[in-house]
Amino acid sequence: MSSKPVLIRDDGTRLDGRKPDEMRPVKITIGVLKNANGSALVEYGGTKVLAAVYGPREVLPRHLALPDRAILRVRYHMAPFSTEERKSPAPTRREIELSKVIREALEAVVFTNMFPRAGIDVFIEVLQADGGTRTAGLTAASIALADAGIPMRDLVIGVAVGKVNGVLVLDVNELEDQYGEADMPVGVLPNLNEVVLLQLNGVLTREEFNKALDMAFKAAEHIYKLAKEAFYVKYTKVVEEVK
Amino acid sequence: MSITPEKEPIPRLYVEHMKKMLEHGERIDGRGLLDYRSIRVILSPIEKADGSALVKLGKTQVLVGVKLELGSPYKDRPSEGVLQVHAEFVPLASPSFEPGPPDENAIELARVIDRALREPRVVDLEKLVIEPAKLAWVVYNDIYLLDHAGNVTDAGMLASILALATTKLPRLLKTEAGDYKIDRSTKAGALPLKTLVVTVTLGIIGNAILVDPTVEEEYLVDSIITIAVDENGRICGIQKRGERGIERSVLNKAVDVAIEKGLWLIGHVKNILNNPEKYVSPLSDMGA
Amino acid sequence: MKILVADRQLVRPGDCLAILEGDEIPPGPGLKHFPDKHIYVLGEKVYSDVLGVVSIEDGKSISVIPLESVYIPRKDDVVIGIVVDIGLTVWLVDIKAPYKAILPAGDVIEGFNPAVHNLRSYLDVGDFVVAKVAAFDRLRDPLLTVKGKGLGKVTEGFVIDIKPSKVARVVGKKGSMYNVLVSYTKCEVLVGSNGYILAKCPSEQALKALIKAIKLIEAKAHLRGLTEEVKTLLELELGVKA
Repeated sequence: MSSKPVLIRDDGTRLDGRKPDEMRPVKITIGVLKNANGSALVEYGGTKVLAAVYGPREVLPRHLALPDRAILRVRYHMAPFSTEERKSPAPTRREIELSKVIREALEAVVFTNMFPRAGIDVFIEVLQADGGTRTAGLTAASIALADAGIPMRDLVIGVAVGKVNGVLVLDVNELEDQYGEADMPVGVLPNLNEVVLLQLNGVLTREEFNKALDMAFKAAEHIYKLAKEAFYVKYTKVVEEVK
Repeated sequence: MSITPEKEPIPRLYVEHMKKMLEHGERIDGRGLLDYRSIRVILSPIEKADGSALVKLGKTQVLVGVKLELGSPYKDRPSEGVLQVHAEFVPLASPSFEPGPPDENAIELARVIDRALREPRVVDLEKLVIEPAKLAWVVYNDIYLLDHAGNVTDAGMLASILALATTKLPRLLKTEAGDYKIDRSTKAGALPLKTLVVTVTLGIIGNAILVDPTVEEEYLVDSIITIAVDENGRICGIQKRGERGIERSVLNKAVDVAIEKGLWLIGHVKNILNNPEKYVSPLSDMGA
Repeated sequence: MKILVADRQLVRPGDCLAILEGDEIPPGPGLKHFPDKHIYVLGEKVYSDVLGVVSIEDGKSISVIPLESVYIPRKDDVVIGIVVDIGLTVWLVDIKAPYKAILPAGDVIEGFNPAVHNLRSYLDVGDFVVAKVAAFDRLRDPLLTVKGKGLGKVTEGFVIDIKPSKVARVVGKKGSMYNVLVSYTKCEVLVGSNGYILAKCPSEQALKALIKAIKLIEAKAHLRGLTEEVKTLLELELGVKA
């Protein structure tokens, strides 16, 4: 049987040279699409996720609308060329589950009661997958919602903590996700200190869980700062073409 | 089954305004009737794919990813590799797109681009067979529309040809048992291409011919015609869209225009492929 | 109240704007949302609920002006809409809101009788119409009326499309920007609250200049010195000072 690759070197660094509590380089670009009301491209290292928001807008078919609040429609989807092996474009069970989990995280922050009988659509497309796609997708979705002017309690920052070779590591990449012992994606409200998305795939002790959650919150602070800067960049960028 | 679609009405005022401007040879964005919008290219934005390209045609943005997998050759072409072209009009690209399987427009686009690549034999499929009748490379050309501002066809075709032209084959390993395995960590040469092809899409309204129609112009015109052109100025594919007829003299003129613009576009593609470093930039530049 | 941000500062959802003191703190548990001001209060802290710019008035009243927003109808708003569908007794009008608006036939046609009057001949699909929001609440779609001066089908002029969040800037404080646009271009301008602007201009040149100016305001809405920039643009386009 093939042996598991060694994911932590003797000096404690990971295969890509990172320390256990180090994130991959994060890049956030806001407003990359012209049609959508709000959009964001979020990159965690090699994971590149594009999110777009339309709304609040009319709900069709009308019978799906709710009388006292807006509905959220969230679609998490991976492009066929985003993965190692080409993926069929049809939605998989995983994509359906992640769409639900991300929607519920966003339901916890969006002031949906401000737009009864309307709908807010969030479309997340993974353009390149290298681990942590749902967390990058969640971050991209919340930034796109803010870009669209949708009122929310807070931004949502997603980050995953894993366990490889017995060591807790931050922001797992694909290899670590595949061969590690645990993967815990977390969605965090940076200003209000709440958890809105939480899943665990694998086994952790109570102490490991506490430490992992701490790592996630700390990393979320860092990503949040980058998001704030990205908003500022977009705000001061002036559109030159005035035809 | 194909059903007459419900068109999003453009206000009468704008339709008349556009028509009046066309009478003066002007378009609402200030272009000449035969001008393309600005074309911006990002080569290899998706490093994990075997080839990729993002094309911005005006505000329209199309991303193409090429992936190579192993599969069986088609039964009637046992000594050739396989080319598959798919297109997704994902809902983030336009307020009028709904999530779901590709609709007739996405499928038509994929098939038009497929024919434009297949007929002139753009990809040298004969060089992609591994064991005749048993194993061959399958080239997946996936077209992802990200932002719809009209003329997805030309943007999609440009992105496809650029992605294919910059695709690198992964290494093929033969195991002791005699099976083949893909080793994606190493590249083994460029995807073999025989020729370059582009498409030129024109909107026709009355006697006027508009090159590279925007979304509003696509709504306004009587017909839309796409003509695929290769390096030698040959016509490699035609598709007429729209629910009205085209008068023969106008059609002839349109074909002339298409070949002229097609050769110009091919020149542009060659220029990009000869200076790839200038066009490799991060995906985040797509917003620029 | 201790204010933690500056006027015109950019804030995001969840940013803390101020800390309330003593009896400023609203009683009762839970979050208190003030949607019109785009703030909410949790405990003693005041937070922004949207991506926008802080507005502090008289050093006391704090609110956030969103950078982007969709148009939500309010009673008595003057809007410009597009007829998108025709029923037996109503027109359905798109006013750029998350809800289609209803214009009843009886509002337009005196003594309306569906057997006699053909709605199409008054307002057809694709027509622009200037109307006032007669009623709107959480339970039903907005109701329009064209009873009033300047309201009704748009038969002349051009309609300019801008984002609803920029309408306030096109009008300006106490109408200052609006006055600049009108006095320079000599166009008759009606600004719909929902982001459509009806312009009747004396010449093509004036209309082109007006459109350019409005697009400039839309692009640079949150930057300082905009009024001067608009004046300069109009002088350049029209070769004349107001």
